[in-house]
Amino acid sequence: MANLNRRRALGLGLGAGLLAAWPRVARADSLPGSWGEALAHARGQTVYFNAWGGNERINQFIAWAGQQLLGRHGLTLRHVKLTDTADAVSRVIAEKAAGREDNGTVDTIWINGENFAAMKTQGLLAGPFTQLLPNQRLVDTESKLTTGIDFTVPVEGMEAPWGMAQLVFIYDAARLVRPPRRIEDFLGWAAEHRGRFTYPAPPDFVGTTFLKQALYALIPGTAALLRPVEAPVFASLAAKLWTWLDELHPYLWRSGQAFPATDQQQRQLLDDGEVDLSLSFNPGEASSAIAQGLLPDTARTYVLEGGSIGNTHFLAIPFNAAAKAGAMVTIDFLLSPEAQARKADPELWGDPTVLALDKLSPTERALFERLPLGIATLAPDKLGPTLPEPHPNWTQAIEAEWRRRYAS
Amino acid sequence: MAPPLRQLGVRVAAWRRPWPGPIPALTLALLLVPILAGLSGMVLPAFGWLPALGGKALSLEPWRQLAAQPELPRALRLSLTTGIGATALSLVIALGLVAALHGRRPWPAVERVLAPLMALPHAAAAVGLAFLLAPSGWLARLAAAAITGWSVPPELWTDRDPQGLALVAGLVAKEVPYLLLMILAALPQAAPAHRLTAARMLGYGPVAAWLKIVLPPLYGQIRLPIYAVLAYSLSVVDMAAVLAPATPPPLALLVVRWLNDPDLTRHFVAAAAASLQALVVAAAILAWALGERILARWLRPLLIDGRRRDGGTATRAILAAPGLMIIAAATAGLALLAVWSVAGPWRFPAPLPATLSLDAWSRSLPRLVLPALNTLGLGLAAALLSLILVIGCLENEQRRHRILTRRGLWLLYLPLLIPQVSFLFGIEILAVAAGIDGNIPALLWGHVLFVLPYVFLSLGDSYRALDPRHAQSALSLGASPRRVLWRIKLPLLARPVMIAAAIGFSVSVALYVPTLFIGGGRVATLATETVALVASADRRLLAVHALAQAAMPLLAYGLALALSARAPRRGEGKA
Amino acid sequence: MSAGALELHEVWLALGPHQLLPPLSLRIAPGTIATVMGPSGCGKSSLLAYLCGVLEPGFRAGGRVVLDGSDIATTAPERRRLGLLLQDEKLFPHLSVGENLAFALPARHRGRERRRLVEAALGEAGLAGHGDRDSVTLSGGQRARVALMRTLLAEPLALLLDEPFAGLDQPLKHQFRQVIFHKIRTLGLPALLVTHNLDDATAAAGPVVRWAEPPPAPLGEVES
Repeated sequence: MANLNRRRALGLGLGAGLLAAWPRVARADSLPGSWGEALAHARGQTVYFNAWGGNERINQFIAWAGQQLLGRHGLTLRHVKLTDTADAVSRVIAEKAAGREDNGTVDTIWINGENFAAMKTQGLLAGPFTQLLPNQRLVDTESKLTTGIDFTVPVEGMEAPWGMAQLVFIYDAARLVRPPRRIEDFLGWAAEHRGRFTYPAPPDFVGTTFLKQALYALIPGTAALLRPVEAPVFASLAAKLWTWLDELHPYLWRSGQAFPATDQQQRQLLDDGEVDLSLSFNPGEASSAIAQGLLPDTARTYVLEGGSIGNTHFLAIPFNAAAKAGAMVTIDFLLSPEAQARKADPELWGDPTVLALDKLSPTERALFERLPLGIATLAPDKLGPTLPEPHPNWTQAIEAEWRRRYAS
Repeated sequence: MAPPLRQLGVRVAAWRRPWPGPIPALTLALLLVPILAGLSGMVLPAFGWLPALGGKALSLEPWRQLAAQPELPRALRLSLTTGIGATALSLVIALGLVAALHGRRPWPAVERVLAPLMALPHAAAAVGLAFLLAPSGWLARLAAAAITGWSVPPELWTDRDPQGLALVAGLVAKEVPYLLLMILAALPQAAPAHRLTAARMLGYGPVAAWLKIVLPPLYGQIRLPIYAVLAYSLSVVDMAAVLAPATPPPLALLVVRWLNDPDLTRHFVAAAAASLQALVVAAAILAWALGERILARWLRPLLIDGRRRDGGTATRAILAAPGLMIIAAATAGLALLAVWSVAGPWRFPAPLPATLSLDAWSRSLPRLVLPALNTLGLGLAAALLSLILVIGCLENEQRRHRILTRRGLWLLYLPLLIPQVSFLFGIEILAVAAGIDGNIPALLWGHVLFVLPYVFLSLGDSYRALDPRHAQSALSLGASPRRVLWRIKLPLLARPVMIAAAIGFSVSVALYVPTLFIGGGRVATLATETVALVASADRRLLAVHALAQAAMPLLAYGLALALSARAPRRGEGKA
Repeated sequence: MSAGALELHEVWLALGPHQLLPPLSLRIAPGTIATVMGPSGCGKSSLLAYLCGVLEPGFRAGGRVVLDGSDIATTAPERRRLGLLLQDEKLFPHLSVGENLAFALPARHRGRERRRLVEAALGEAGLAGHGDRDSVTLSGGQRARVALMRTLLAEPLALLLDEPFAGLDQPLKHQFRQVIFHKIRTLGLPALLVTHNLDDATAAAGPVVRWAEPPPAPLGEVES
């Protein structure tokens, strides 16, 4: 083709021209210095709120928050629905790689654990900022320790706590009378009820948490779990977990050859009757599922004896966010008693609050006390003790080894 | 006013200019620039070059790490078996259906249902099929109600099975209508009626005649569409998200997962995996081409061994049955989407919901508006832009007497032959660097990249088949070429143009990976919403979104057919 | 090869409401060539299509057709054992000349015998040893001869000819006509020729049916 060279030149010129035309400013846009400044700048901004979009109830809550923010502060909230939090993390990474120090596409990330650890160590977060938020002082930092320590990594104001999570089990009381209440009972129970139990495959966070919960039961002492782990130590400690799983898997749903990808998919298996147990990180999950017709109304929640793993999930602001002031105002609103109470309503979402009820005014406290627990939700005092999350290092190690053994 | 002959002289002089003109050059740039940029953005990190992440020297380290990934062997095997298997199966089923039924009474009914099935977006089709096939799906419920009396779903691995058969079923359900349409488009050239008659009078039954006389010349015409099917099946993401196993998933899903890993060193491995995906597709196409030659040589004696008996109706039934079953399954899936979207509580083993409720629609509708508008806007713009470029290129062909060469056809098919997940990683880096990610023009560009080949293929033959005498007589009467285009050619081609537009629109509606990557997650379309909802495992919501996604191209098709039925059909090439 | 007669009993043809051919009865003895004459476009080819069983939709036709004693009007086209030779016959482009011929041979001939028969047919067509040639490289005359051989190799019991000489130049036309008629007489096949050329009818020297122009007059004369 005689004219190919000419066409190629045209094409390259077009591409180069495009690149040259777009302005790039090197200086990073810094956080507002005070709350007043944040409020002033936030008006008229658009905040891109990157949050996992796989649960409609959560999406609807975020939509409600958007309406409130528009009315009260004149800012537009756009919920960017992620299939995985890591999608947004890698977007920020890509932007940093391309030299985009401001005007980033992500203003707020719903985040915790290993994602937070990665962003904090790579310098991808703006902050510390939580000290500027008025509602931060209402957070229960004394009894809810995980609001200050995210999977053993100190938060240090780089992310704001949003809600609490604790590992719970759900079953259909009409079909199952005596669910297993200790990790040690699971093997016997699964042998009697072949194909009726499973857990979401790591790297799903609920599935990984089930494995961590099992580790707590199988390893003597918990100190090692709270420290970063070296490969040889991990191999010897985790060996007990793999032995246990090797025995357990043949009795699982699909003989352990396949696993549901998320806790929601397992919830659907429970609803369909393919399995008898489901897991969740949200104590209010069963009630809100019943309210939405996703589980029969005979579904009930329980926790394992001896304590179950719990953590906090957070909201953070990337270093190059375009609407940092808007992000701060958004986060503060989500920390407000009104928003936290609505979030904790099992008919809507059911996610427990991070606030300390004794720090609230009587009217604010009433918002929480009025909440219907829902037939399938355990009262807060029935939730039992919380076990702390192991170091994020453990999470990565468990996930990698599990995938090597059972998913390849 | 200049005399007509002089004007004609000017036109002739214009025809002698060697440069093909701006529109084909622009089109080519629009196609090639993103692909080349994306490929380099993928290949460089695969060999260690990504300065912002500390990769400043070329090395083979990412490949070593890739080889060390424990999931890789099975993921690769899964991709290869499902990809090649689905393609081969689709081809055999499509050919069998045509051989058995073409020209016979049931055929017009089959043809009518093909266009809507092809317009069905992949994600929606996969969701519908999952509703049909799952252990708690409709087929199992029918069986429970009619035969087995199950009270809990059977322990049958009919979805997300480790061999990938559910994924193959989903792929076949989408590929068979596509291949059927490509075969139909190529048939007039490959099978003039008199050739089949000649074979039949030599004693060959209709199926034997079709297989020996029509299929060999036909295959050459559908080779590129088959390669496109192969490339898609080997690297599919959205259907795999619904139907493929997760432990381990096919290679393309691994690429997406590693791309999103917060552990930054995974980026290099992801790029290496994306490169591997592209290599796998290239190797598969080459192997298939080789297989074609070997099979052709091996089967040639069969063409002339004289065996000519058909089994008659029995043979035709066997050949047509799989194709008809696929069509039935796809249609059933679509119907199930509709039922689930209005179902009240509907637990296994009830074959029908006890109550209907519009709750799912009312909950979703307000939040469907923005994605629906985005989908609509993007689709219309992409289809329109592609149409303009395609008509420009085709018109240019005719004015300058340069027909699209074979190499040109391959270039046109290029976006369909390179796995999306491979070069879009590089595109993301480029878009971020230029500050244009999340930007509507960039996203539109990405859509046109995939829409344009389909529009070209759909419109090309009709355009070229238009009787040149119409244009020639108008030109000799003194009309300018532009006037000829607007007043004569386009009105005659009203129907093909509208169908091409409808096809382009449906391709855009179905696009998932490009929207996700180039849109920066900021532009929600019905495709991205549907796939995101798979994780939520809320069947009603999923059904509403999938149905909304499916409805758009179906409506576009209906509109195109209705509008073009009104346009008077003038003689297409008849004197 | 000996074959029985080809008989048409009250065969009629109509296009929509228009009658094209009033009921025609004709007996063609083996080795005889009957001619149907009429101007272009009057529907002669449709008559052959009806006899072959591939009549286009829109046409209506009826009447008994008996070949070698059996009624073939309801048999599938491929079982009728009718040979059809069209005007300007094109060979199958994806097969070579020799393969085109082999395609027509019944399956019972195998291996060496098959190759021998193909070579013999090539020789008769004047293309001995050229079996590997691409069929598009043949001249008009060569193609016509190969088409004839191909039709005959399928061992038909009767031959239907739709102006097969019309596409050829004058000298070739005459020669080819000789060849076909000679073959028909030698093989003893009944043949039906459809043409608008009086010379063809004369050379055929068989019964002639004149196809009246629409609106049709009463049955045309049957001359012997």
